[in-house]
Amino acid sequence: MINVTFIEHDGTKHKVSAQAGQSVMQAATFNQVPGITADCGGACACATCHAYVTAEWVNSFPEKTEIETDLLECALDVRESSRLSCQLVLTDAADGIVIELPESQ
Amino acid sequence: MSFKKVVIIGAGHGGFQLAATLRQKGYQGSIKLISDEPGLPYQRPPLSKTYLQGKLSDHAMLFRPASFYETEKVELIHDSVTAIHRESKTIELRSGGFLNYDHLVIASGARNRPLNIPGSDLQGVYGIKTRNDADLLAPILGSIKKLAVIGAGFIGLEFAAVAASLGAEVHVIELGERPMQRAISAEMSELFCRAHEQWGVTFHFNSGVSLLEGEAGKVSRLLTSKGEAIELDCVVYGIGVIPNIEIAANSGLKVNNGIIIDQYLLTSDPNISALGDVANFPCRYFAEQTIRLESVQNAVDQARTIAARILGDIAPYTALPWFWTDQGNLKLQIAGLSIGCDETVTLGSDSENKISVLCFKQGTLICVESCNLAGDHMVARKLLSRVSGLTPEIAKAAGFNLKKWELENRPN
Repeated sequence: MINVTFIEHDGTKHKVSAQAGQSVMQAATFNQVPGITADCGGACACATCHAYVTAEWVNSFPEKTEIETDLLECALDVRESSRLSCQLVLTDAADGIVIELPESQ
Repeated sequence: MSFKKVVIIGAGHGGFQLAATLRQKGYQGSIKLISDEPGLPYQRPPLSKTYLQGKLSDHAMLFRPASFYETEKVELIHDSVTAIHRESKTIELRSGGFLNYDHLVIASGARNRPLNIPGSDLQGVYGIKTRNDADLLAPILGSIKKLAVIGAGFIGLEFAAVAASLGAEVHVIELGERPMQRAISAEMSELFCRAHEQWGVTFHFNSGVSLLEGEAGKVSRLLTSKGEAIELDCVVYGIGVIPNIEIAANSGLKVNNGIIIDQYLLTSDPNISALGDVANFPCRYFAEQTIRLESVQNAVDQARTIAARILGDIAPYTALPWFWTDQGNLKLQIAGLSIGCDETVTLGSDSENKISVLCFKQGTLICVESCNLAGDHMVARKLLSRVSGLTPEIAKAAGFNLKKWELENRPN
């Protein structure tokens, strides 16, 4: 079990348990965490699973692909820490990770 | 008007999203979600790609885990609907039961057009529409030596790419002149045609299939309408879908290429809505006639509009259509509808398979097709959602950059 804490824009925290191999997006949607719409269901074809990966956790995931980078440019309130959460596959190394959510998708 | 009982026929992308959005927005009444497929509701796009290849688990394919239906009080009913009794606001189930509704939403989708040729009932002939279909195909995927794909539409080509990547010899038989002819420009078709050919796919255009022959009950040979014989061990067909309108039509609802709905997504009965692949509606982005769209986006966005209306927020459906298909290492994304396109401008690098085809109709941008240029696609969605003023002349100018132009030409 991998513990993931989601922090909504207004500060509300959601602590959930995810499985290795699940994406951060699914850890959110499967646990009813609001703030991730995931229009395309995780096919890297939209930008509505946008989330921020806090600095200390950035290395838990491989770097952005070109497509992810392109899609992210059009997300709302993009920051240095922005990622598409459907592309972030959780491993045991990510246990305890903290993910921040944008104000809207 | 308060609704206490919402019944949803169909648990595909649209049906599921309707249930989820209703609860998300605070709907307190009952939700009955009727699925005629076993198991929990799931996503369809992976069926022809990642799920087949074993890259996506059963669990990851689901919209939500089982616990969702309990905690959110969405009653998932495994059954099929045999009749709608509009005067009493009840539906009849195949199992013999009846359900009352205050509001009914028909999200019954579309089924595969069957392959009706001699030999189509031989072993080794597959469609790809449901999880069951994919579960039959997945185990034999790696052992396919020679495959014929009937239909060069999105599903057929997604599967062709998967099979070619696993080393199968792939033949695609297509009635039309080019891949995905119904849906994309000649330029984009050409790019995909070349890419598939590079992956080892052989196309047979302007060809139908006359018959399939088999040995010991298993398909072994295909004869095209041009008399060409292809030896093979597997056939996958993707020749379009038929909207599941029957129970709607039988109940007296208006149908014509789908269940007819208005801009609020209401049928000819004020207590019944329809959405997604089964619904024919007036699209803001194509004035000439009403249309039926087969896409995840349309099902999901229409579901959200209906959920909002049920909760009192009544507004016409105005979402911009968008679509994607993944074939090999190519992601084709389409924003808008290209029906009636009379001029195109192509941007990008054809040699890198990174192009965007801007489709214009009488000088107005109506659609943008992007291959491996996700940034262009997202910009296109913005441009097409407003009166952008982009013309072919502007786009053809040297140094034109779609993203830069959009940024510089935003309304104040």
